[in-house]
Amino acid sequence: MSTAPPQRHAGPASPGMFRIGVGAGFAGDRMQPADELARGGGLHAMAFECLAERTIGVAQQARREGTGAGFDSRILRRFSGTLPALLGTGAVVTTNAGAADPIGAAAATRELCECLGLDARIAAVTGDDVLGAIDLTQSRILGTDDTLWDIRDRLVSANAYIGAGPLIEALDDGADIVIAGRCSDAALFVAPLAHHFGWQTDDLEAMARASLVGHLLECAGQLTGGYFADTGRKRVDRLWDLGFPLADVAADGSATYAKLPGTGGVLDRRTVLEQLLYEIDDPAAYRTPDVTIDFSRVRIREREDGAVDVDGARAAGRPEQLKVSVGVRDGYVAVAEIAYSGQGCVARAELAADIVRERWEHVHGMDPDALSVGYIGVDATRPWWRNADRHPSEVRLRMSLRTFDRPAAVTLCEEVESLYTNGPFGGGGVTTSVRETLGIVSTMIDRSAVQTKVTMS
Amino acid sequence: MSTARTLGDIAHARAGDKGDSSILFLAPYAPSDFALVRAVITAERLAEHFEVSDATGITVRAVEELCAFSIVIPHRLDGGVTRSTTADPHGKTLSGHLLSLELDR
Repeated sequence: MSTAPPQRHAGPASPGMFRIGVGAGFAGDRMQPADELARGGGLHAMAFECLAERTIGVAQQARREGTGAGFDSRILRRFSGTLPALLGTGAVVTTNAGAADPIGAAAATRELCECLGLDARIAAVTGDDVLGAIDLTQSRILGTDDTLWDIRDRLVSANAYIGAGPLIEALDDGADIVIAGRCSDAALFVAPLAHHFGWQTDDLEAMARASLVGHLLECAGQLTGGYFADTGRKRVDRLWDLGFPLADVAADGSATYAKLPGTGGVLDRRTVLEQLLYEIDDPAAYRTPDVTIDFSRVRIREREDGAVDVDGARAAGRPEQLKVSVGVRDGYVAVAEIAYSGQGCVARAELAADIVRERWEHVHGMDPDALSVGYIGVDATRPWWRNADRHPSEVRLRMSLRTFDRPAAVTLCEEVESLYTNGPFGGGGVTTSVRETLGIVSTMIDRSAVQTKVTMS
Repeated sequence: MSTARTLGDIAHARAGDKGDSSILFLAPYAPSDFALVRAVITAERLAEHFEVSDATGITVRAVEELCAFSIVIPHRLDGGVTRSTTADPHGKTLSGHLLSLELDR
């Protein structure tokens, strides 16, 4: 039996401060740090970011085909560990785990609350699904000259990134839990703040300051030392016990960031800076549905108590159009690998790849240039890199293929597997996989064409 | 084993992605190294290091108040996370690649 760590508590938020924490930074995030933060954080709100760009299309497809839930059912495990503490103290909860079916996720959450003996008003936010509302012939695929009409046979889903507006509406109507689908990540944090402080969505400066809070918290452990650690200069204490962050937000939108005392990880200027700017191409014009934000004058100050003060986000307008994430059937991806060790291992892996390429052309009559080849241990993460060290002590040949032809995908797996007895000496550990994939393209839609709706239960 | 000084000796990085572009955060540990880092990460050096044929597509934005940089390398993700079949479709590992850029040359 494992020994549970002692319960760790943050002191209460100072009067006038609104304390918001994060319960998940992505769909596969850990649960235990959220449970601890919910129990010991003294939170007024907790947000769970659980929806990657592709997830909603996959969920839409699963829902339509009846092969699975249209939402991320892991949210129910997250809720069962956090809601008792949160709802007991009157905190509100937001999430985008509703994915393609916020109404269904709300119904499942209702059942969970009944099992747990919790009384909660649950709101579902819908309207982000715009597949029926977009004009395919007029919707240009960003980064191309094509329109959605050109790929109409492959369309699976189209979801607009909506802002905090409908989530605020749900909280203003008395919701304790708000379940949305495709909203901006930051909106999950903006909504509780705007609801509490009475900020209006047309107050762009307030939206910018609230969005900064959301932007820093939305990846959870990435603010507190996760995805940061290195040996040498970036040593992080007890990363196994990484604590998720919280923010004490003042009425002027400035905020102090912290994690539960005693948790592992690190929160300092460097972790804040990495989370602030990574993934942003232009720090002076970061577009969200609620506001375009200028992060270039943000101030970061480390405090003596270990917390960090951050403020200084400014509004730089508001986008007239909303981005739409479009799911597109994209065929199959096959990946097949085989390992080689010892002297000349890379040369043997290269020989193995040549054998598969030759057979692909001469035995199967297909184009070998469609096959991607990488060498794990040499260049698999960057096949274009020519200065790689080509003398590791072992290597895995990794061959992959994207195709609409499922039998071709299977053939690649069979060809790599057959290297066991037909290829170079010493090949081992073959693994193969074929999966159906969903691509994502983006287009834009007029804000006025997106009609959101709040359904309270 | 190379002992040449690299960006990773004086700076830290984190990679993000947007479509087929890699977006790289980079900041020196010491503000006093800001000018040195800036001088090293020219579009030409980055094009060479990321084996991109056209340096004009590469953007380097300095955020002076924060002593940090945002770098955009277009078309380096084999089509991006939803298209790529490489071992790292997000290009998350490119932060490590960036930091291996040699300082003195």
